[in-house]
Amino acid sequence: MSDSKAKPATSIEKAQKARRKFLQSVGLTAGVVGLSLLGYIPVVDARPPRLRPPGALNEQDFLSSCIKCGQCVQVCPVQAIKLADIGDGFGLGVPYIDARAQACDFSCDAVQCILACPTGSLTYEKPDFLNIRDGAPLAAAPILKAKEKDAEPTLNLKERIGVARLARPESCLAIQGRGFKGQARGANFTGELRYMAVDRWKPVPVREHPYDLELCDLCVRECPVKDAIELRPVKGADGVERMTPTVLEPCVGCGVCEMICPAEPAAIVIDPQAVWKA
Amino acid sequence: MSRFVDLFMGMLGAAPKKPEKVSEKVQQIMFLKYEDKDRYIKEKLHARDHHIVSHKWRNRRWAVLIATNLLFVFSFWLDIQILEGALTASRFVGFHLIDLNSALQVMLAHKHVIVNLFIGTFTVFLLWVLLGGRSFCSWICPYHLLAEWTEELHLKLVDKKIVTDHQFHRGTRTVFWILFAVLAVVTGYTVFETLSPTGILSRALIYGPGLALAWVFLLLLFEIFWSRRAWCRYVCPIGLTYGAVGAISPLQISYNVEQCFHEGDCRKVCLVPHVLDVTVKGRAGEESLGLGPDCTRCGLCVDVCPTGALRFEVKGLSKLL
Repeated sequence: MSDSKAKPATSIEKAQKARRKFLQSVGLTAGVVGLSLLGYIPVVDARPPRLRPPGALNEQDFLSSCIKCGQCVQVCPVQAIKLADIGDGFGLGVPYIDARAQACDFSCDAVQCILACPTGSLTYEKPDFLNIRDGAPLAAAPILKAKEKDAEPTLNLKERIGVARLARPESCLAIQGRGFKGQARGANFTGELRYMAVDRWKPVPVREHPYDLELCDLCVRECPVKDAIELRPVKGADGVERMTPTVLEPCVGCGVCEMICPAEPAAIVIDPQAVWKA
Repeated sequence: MSRFVDLFMGMLGAAPKKPEKVSEKVQQIMFLKYEDKDRYIKEKLHARDHHIVSHKWRNRRWAVLIATNLLFVFSFWLDIQILEGALTASRFVGFHLIDLNSALQVMLAHKHVIVNLFIGTFTVFLLWVLLGGRSFCSWICPYHLLAEWTEELHLKLVDKKIVTDHQFHRGTRTVFWILFAVLAVVTGYTVFETLSPTGILSRALIYGPGLALAWVFLLLLFEIFWSRRAWCRYVCPIGLTYGAVGAISPLQISYNVEQCFHEGDCRKVCLVPHVLDVTVKGRAGEESLGLGPDCTRCGLCVDVCPTGALRFEVKGLSKLL
């Protein structure tokens, strides 16, 4: 009691002011923290997951470990990687790939984005304590068609980032038995692809590389990974065999098939973060 | 040592303390200062008349801040690859640099530290131990510059009595620091990074603008119409992290009581006026004192002081020179 008596008397006005300041500070804290937690909504939302760059950890680990610096964006030779905006909540500033606009074609050969990542969000070698989902690991290191004849033809990638799926077989040109002539995605498409016949190191715009095909096999032809997809005769519901793009186990989910597909919308798409189901 | 603790507590939100003991030297200085009141007033007016208002340190600081951020931008746009990445993490000619607060959030959320993350964090840690942690705020952070510009607008509106500055408790920032740390651990997400205007602005400059800028805009509006420099003063955990790191920094702004007329011009321009409490008459216990860890070394007080009582100093080196 003597302590409180020793304190200088504070006026009522001063005490009120202090009280108001305290309450406002509590209000500010609650407001800002409340706003920050809005970031949860897009994360738990049932929207389709994002396609992450190669070597990405599982989504939750990826979001927690990514430092949002965009170094992966800077090294990608085809600018496939973009950073998400505030609509992604906690995923703000986190890299993703919009495969239809620009897929990862592995034209860097070394998976540069993994090399650039400072926090191990993108990694060649997952640390032991992190979970590996069934069907995510690739049975063997993927062989890059572009360097198939090199001493080291494989890509340093252990897990897939998604799996291709023939989502709209009705619009697939191959199934219809049709060919394709011209620019795969039209004259205004800005996406790029490495064509070994043009330049090993410099990807060129797809529109500058027109095709003339008897039977459309663009998804198979341009797939950068060996034996990841092929045209196979498959019996339809009517019992007629048609050449059908068939996705195989080595598919890493890079999205080149989705980008190059001339049908609109694409007949073949990537299911981001999907795993291989035999 | 106890002054060090007091200053640190001051950064966390405690009210500045009066000195327990005023040295004899300072007592003598104060006695001589006020011995002859007429002379004192004359000297004061003389100093004011001859004060060439300069923006030397402000201009230097703005130049460094803009140059640093442009170096990020051009490294990507022009592909000169000197400083690649954004403010949260980057590579300077290949060498990892990682923002301390972002690194902390990632470590707390992910609970795993890889070698590159450690190297980059440690390098930056050493850098800011030497340069004074919160120098990051005023010399590098792009939000600081925007907030500085909109602060002028706020002050004009206050001057015209259109708005008033609503001050919050300075300890709020400490509460935020703890809350964001806890949120990172509990949720496993780097929650603060979603709001950080530093990261948002840095990425917008380098990778192009996005909707997230609307949040930065709202913050600036809040600061113009409600509370002066609210984000930097009461919220941003980056400032507190860097403040703690720079607590033992040799680079500081020192206050020299002998030249001071205790007019308080410095406190009016300061982002963290509590560090200048020492300039109030009777609050300085020693002849020369550093301003402590919360000072951003922005130099506005150095520019505004008519008598040179506040100046940049490198501890130890100044005596040597």
